Amino acid sequence: MSAGAATARATQGRAFLAVLGRDVFVTWTDLPVFLAQVILQPLFLLLVFGKVLGALGYTRHGYAHLLFPGLLALTAVITGMQTLAFPLVIEFGWTKEIEDRLLAPMSTGLVAAEKVLFASARAIVAAGIMIPVGILVLGSVPWRWSGVPLLALALVFGSLLGSGLGLVLGTLVTPTRINMVFSLVFTPLLFTGCSQYPWPSLSRLPWFKVVTACNPMTYVSESMRAALVPSVPHIAPWVCVVVLVGSIGALMGIGVRGFYRRAID
Amino acid sequence: MSRGTATATAAEPTSAPAVTVEELVKRYPKMPVNAVDGISFAVSSGEVFGLLGPNGAGKTTTVGMLTTRVRPTSGRASVGGVDVATDPVHARGRLAVVPQRSNLDRSISIRRNLTFHAAYHGVPRAEAEARADELLEQFGLRERGDVKPDMFSGGQAQRVMIARALMHQPQVLFLDEPTTGLDPAARLFVWDRLTELRDRGVTLILTTHDMHEAATLADRVAIMDHGKLLSLDTPEALMRSLPGSSTLDLALVSDGAALEPALEALAALPGTERLEAIEGGGDQQERVRLYIEGEASELIAPAATVLAERGLALRGVEIGAPTLEDVFIHLTGRALR
Repeated sequence: MSAGAATARATQGRAFLAVLGRDVFVTWTDLPVFLAQVILQPLFLLLVFGKVLGALGYTRHGYAHLLFPGLLALTAVITGMQTLAFPLVIEFGWTKEIEDRLLAPMSTGLVAAEKVLFASARAIVAAGIMIPVGILVLGSVPWRWSGVPLLALALVFGSLLGSGLGLVLGTLVTPTRINMVFSLVFTPLLFTGCSQYPWPSLSRLPWFKVVTACNPMTYVSESMRAALVPSVPHIAPWVCVVVLVGSIGALMGIGVRGFYRRAID
Repeated sequence: MSRGTATATAAEPTSAPAVTVEELVKRYPKMPVNAVDGISFAVSSGEVFGLLGPNGAGKTTTVGMLTTRVRPTSGRASVGGVDVATDPVHARGRLAVVPQRSNLDRSISIRRNLTFHAAYHGVPRAEAEARADELLEQFGLRERGDVKPDMFSGGQAQRVMIARALMHQPQVLFLDEPTTGLDPAARLFVWDRLTELRDRGVTLILTTHDMHEAATLADRVAIMDHGKLLSLDTPEALMRSLPGSSTLDLALVSDGAALEPALEALAALPGTERLEAIEGGGDQQERVRLYIEGEASELIAPAATVLAERGLALRGVEIGAPTLEDVFIHLTGRALR
């Protein structure tokens, strides 16, 4: 009995690793596309908001250092979401490519888990790439070794948050609606997640402060600032952790249910 | 261990059932009727089993349940001795699916489609590479192994999908409308490969609405309609079961004469079991089929006389044995498509 269960676990483990291997292989063979996908947007945000506006005197000195942690958060969340959602919508709704993996000897939940793991890993790599990009564009980036544990935690949470959003969107949206849904979700997410401004500074715009408090990405941006630029007023990290654990849990719950609904009739 | 068993059973057909289905029911939420309505059957190891029926008959749902992608509402089903509802993970190792439309992985080459599939199923790498070579060769794809599937025609994609399905040496191979939409040459190629698989003892379950395909490939055919199994037997036995062992197709031109009295007179000819109007008569032609007990040729002269007496001209005569299509029409009261 237990030997059988162990064999079953080994079979599922092998299948899981093989599916993960497939995703890594595809990313590797398509590396320039991956890099373009993850680098371009934050690169231009950094360039315009961090460099150009500063050089022209429209932003105050030090804004770039306030922006950088926010862009790390943005990159992690958005990359996680995009990596998971777009292919999933296409695979379920159009190419049916996912069927071969759904028929692999592993539980359907593990297929979803592989998607989340892979998307999160890609998101972490993408955010990691932002550090040299930031140094390149800005000359220097804010860095505190004592903040690294919190930074790492925020990075993991941000990636999982993005993957969770991607899983929910990817299983809910049909290919015909993909454009509409992504513009409805993507743009507000991008601009209300406190990546370009610290949340406590919004007291002058109370309604916007409420709006941004509803975007879980805000808490990723705020923890990044707590880690890298603690002198800037920020939401307490423990509050961020509580909110993020809750939101990630909820998104994963909804997303995995959606995944089962799409995978099995 | 399961792999060893799989290979052994695939190589030498035994009477052990490869698939069993007991009182299987699927009802989709918010639907007034059952998509599959309490069907039971068993498929022996090494058998080619055809599920025949029109679109919406419940074939695809049945296969969906057997391949763990559709959860049964009630009843039991097992593939290779594994219950598909309670142990889907294990069951997936014993079966393979070739869908109607390509679901090949477009990001990777044909060869990688095969080898990654094998990896998902735990086939060691060296073995997978060797098997991929062999299957690419067998399916006439050796030169195209490095191409991505986007470039492939329907027939080629179909071949790749069959090759991919065989990579983990499944006990039971499910094929959904394997040749629908293929040109005649591609269809023959697929049929030849499926015949080879049958000869090697792989259990095949194919859904089709092509009577000819079912009659050519299947050892036994199950006819489904409205979620129910109407009949299940060898194609020959199904055709023998029809009243009237041969048929006489007549093409008539009425030239304004009344058709009904003539048809009644035809149906009254000695030896005629029944008479059916069939479609495809063309311009002002009527086609009728007489089902006859005995020699159809003996009825040609009397039929011509009957028609001439009633002012109808006989334009064509064709003698035939009943086909699966006739069986289907007899069972359901309508044509397949």
